[in-house]
Amino acid sequence: MMPRTGRLVLGLALAAALALSPSRVPAQSSATPAAEAARALGDLASADGAIRQGAVETLGNLEDPAVLPTLEALRAGRLYLWTQPDGRRELVIAREKVTREGKEVLPLARAYDQERLRSADGQDLYADPQELEEVSADRRLRGILQQVIERLRLLSPESKVRKAAAKTLAERGDPVALPWLHQAFTREKDPWTRQAIEEGFCLLTLSHPRADERIGAAHRLAEIHGTNALPRLQELLTQEQDASALAVEKDAVRSLETWTHLTRTAYAVFSGLSLGSILMLMALGLAITFGLMGVINMAHGELMMVGAYATFVMQGWFQAYLPAALFDFYFLAALPLAFVVAGGCGWLLERTIIRFLYGRPLETLLATWGVSLIFIQVARNWFGDLTAVIAPDWLSGGLEVMAGVQLPYNRLFIIAFTGGCVTVIHFLLTRSSVGLRMRAVTQNREMAACLGVRTGRVDAWAFALGAGLAGVAGWALCLIGNVEPGLGQNYIVDSFIVVVTGGVGKLAGTIVAALGIGWLNTLFELTTDSAVMGKVLILILVVLFLQRRPSGLFPARGRSVEA
Amino acid sequence: MRVHKHWLRFAAVAMVLLGGLPLLNAIGRPSTPGAGDAAWFWLSDVQLNLLGRYLTFAFLALGLDLIWGYTGILSLCQALFFCLGGYCMGMYLSLQTGTEGVYGSTLPDFMVWNRVTELPLFWKPFASFWFTMVAIVAVPTLVALVFGFLAFRSRVRGVYFSIITQALAYSMWLLFCRNSMNLGGTNGLTNFKKITPPFFDTAVTFRLEEPATQRGLYLVTVLFLLAGYLFCRWLTRSRLGKVLTAIRDNEHRIQFSGYDPADFKLFVFVVSAALAGIAGALYVPQTGIITPGKMTVAASIEMVIWVAVGGRGTLVGAALGALVVNGAYSYFTSRFAEYWPYFLGFLFVGVVLFFPEGLIGLPRRGLTLWRKLRMKSQPAVLESLEPSSTP
Repeated sequence: MMPRTGRLVLGLALAAALALSPSRVPAQSSATPAAEAARALGDLASADGAIRQGAVETLGNLEDPAVLPTLEALRAGRLYLWTQPDGRRELVIAREKVTREGKEVLPLARAYDQERLRSADGQDLYADPQELEEVSADRRLRGILQQVIERLRLLSPESKVRKAAAKTLAERGDPVALPWLHQAFTREKDPWTRQAIEEGFCLLTLSHPRADERIGAAHRLAEIHGTNALPRLQELLTQEQDASALAVEKDAVRSLETWTHLTRTAYAVFSGLSLGSILMLMALGLAITFGLMGVINMAHGELMMVGAYATFVMQGWFQAYLPAALFDFYFLAALPLAFVVAGGCGWLLERTIIRFLYGRPLETLLATWGVSLIFIQVARNWFGDLTAVIAPDWLSGGLEVMAGVQLPYNRLFIIAFTGGCVTVIHFLLTRSSVGLRMRAVTQNREMAACLGVRTGRVDAWAFALGAGLAGVAGWALCLIGNVEPGLGQNYIVDSFIVVVTGGVGKLAGTIVAALGIGWLNTLFELTTDSAVMGKVLILILVVLFLQRRPSGLFPARGRSVEA
Repeated sequence: MRVHKHWLRFAAVAMVLLGGLPLLNAIGRPSTPGAGDAAWFWLSDVQLNLLGRYLTFAFLALGLDLIWGYTGILSLCQALFFCLGGYCMGMYLSLQTGTEGVYGSTLPDFMVWNRVTELPLFWKPFASFWFTMVAIVAVPTLVALVFGFLAFRSRVRGVYFSIITQALAYSMWLLFCRNSMNLGGTNGLTNFKKITPPFFDTAVTFRLEEPATQRGLYLVTVLFLLAGYLFCRWLTRSRLGKVLTAIRDNEHRIQFSGYDPADFKLFVFVVSAALAGIAGALYVPQTGIITPGKMTVAASIEMVIWVAVGGRGTLVGAALGALVVNGAYSYFTSRFAEYWPYFLGFLFVGVVLFFPEGLIGLPRRGLTLWRKLRMKSQPAVLESLEPSSTP
């Protein structure tokens, strides 16, 4: 990697070189790579296809990642030759079209360093599309361009890009990439990227004319679990002439198939855990409002929606009022907001409607359903139909635990977060005086009142807590889905099923039921190949399960249960 | 004497529905369709058709009232039974279309679209009118029988039953939305042309787009509604009906008296499912379409509010509620569609909190309120003597 100052100097040199018209650049044998790059960039604008092709190849051989944006612009048809008012011609990259003074104009940036072009008095420069002459790339050039771009991407500072480049080069199947991959492999530090590059290298080697090379590649692929090479290997089995190579390739295919199976299983286990944790997070609030208080709140899903919209609003505030560097923190800042806003809605709901309906669960169901309709329509009127939250940067990507198995960070985050929530709620209920009061009111309202517990207040706060947890669930769900008014409706049936299966009154029931249903759902989804059949099978199982245990996994005991 | 009064009222309503409204539709008709010289009292064909549809909802509401109003079981899958009946009818009508479809194939249009080349096996019997008539009752009944048997046997009750039925409706909705079910996916069954009930040996063809056919369907619906009302009235006044009410009011007590509530609950669940199925079958030819959108959880819960608005535990109230709520829906969607969810939402909350007896209870409630106000000036009555809540 080139030091920063070095690049700057290079950029300046290039800029100076480019200011000259390409035709006027003297064809000198330059010693420095910088000058050579400048000359090659200049050649890009040449009318002669062969010269342009040579230029792209030269740029590839120089292995300077800084020319990447220019080449990408060339491929996307955004590289132009711009004739300045004073007659000088310059290679420019056009950015997204903007409308200024009623005309559509293109903001210009200099090729190579992508610096925004400014006039002498510091004004941003724009060009009419007619003033620009597109540097075109024909089919042949595009082919080479693609290769050179991927080659330069192998030098990218980001491992994700390097991995993708290795994969693309291997898939293109051109052996010219072999030395590049080899070089990339020797300088690579990150183990999973090394694996990906080696996989690409071996995949290309599979097409080698010599049998011993192919044998080595197949051998190595089996060792490093290069499952991406499986289709090519299977194809090779039908074409292979050499007997000993065929045997090795067969072994490799078998081993890779086993590995694929293994990774699929591992991933299924993880998805089950992930779905289970999402269900758990949603059901946690219900476990309090329904499980402990016996209030069936059909607006629970809409309180989740409130939490999700709180996150969305917080994102908007960060975008509007705070510097971009702080943007990633919006997600953390939204957590308390989601909890408080949803909890506040819940508190209000309890005080105005639900407290008049204690002991009449069916009526509560209808009234809260009405509330949910109102909530959905309010959200639709305020926010429109479809909005999404941009997941913060630190949650994008994933953790690669074995070859071919990448666990997305956002799912991992939700699993960890759910664990945290369950722990906090558990201790809150069993170890704090608030929890004690809540349990007392649940078990015997009159007696608790006699002992000085303000039952009305406890009800309100317990309900607000459940609602707040719904808001938090909505906050977490922003990571994996859109924020839309119907958000809650998608999950409400599932989360009620979890609570019913788990049995009321105990957190453990909710936890076991959520994980069980999550896993079974994933299992059914994989075996029947459809999410719908998974859901139907789950329902059948739950109904059959309730045959044996009508009050769920962990039923509450005692006389008050039947009331 | 009360019985007398009741029959008089019943006859009056029957006459209005069977004679009066169709008469209004017949006379006062504009000289040519679309001309502006219709009498002010003219009931247009569209309005009569709309009323016919709402009457099928009223029919369904009777069944829902049996199970919720009289027995106290909140079933949240009535819309599913409605749609099962509706789909049976829809399949029959789709097959009746014959080669009149868009693609000119004997298969329904959506099958051509989905590249299904042969009629699926379960579709075949629906070419028969009588089979369809049996299936309309039998399919929802069977589903209710199996599901209800499992649920009531394991004593799933109260909100648990509501949640389980809700889950049933939800998963069935998901299932019906799939194209591989061969029931038209999310678009459902539509584009019906004619209905040909066999009279003895000759099949008579009625074109569905003709107003006369729609009038006929309206009359059939009214007849069903009246018969359904009489049936439900007889049921609720019989000994069995008394047991149902007793289950609502105190299930433990009826158990101790030697009854098994599970059987009675299953019975009423099945009856309400059958009524819902018939309602769906009457609804489909009048609307011309049936989609899975009609069997969502939301649709089922909305049906409950019809009964609640009219007055649960009274058959007239249930039917009236269905008409009133749906009338309000038509009114809102034509004027200010955006406010309908608000109205419906406040209706749910308001009825539950302030008018548990619904529209039927409104006159009596007004009377008590008036009396209470008059009492205010007189010596106070102990508050605790007033019933604190309605069962």
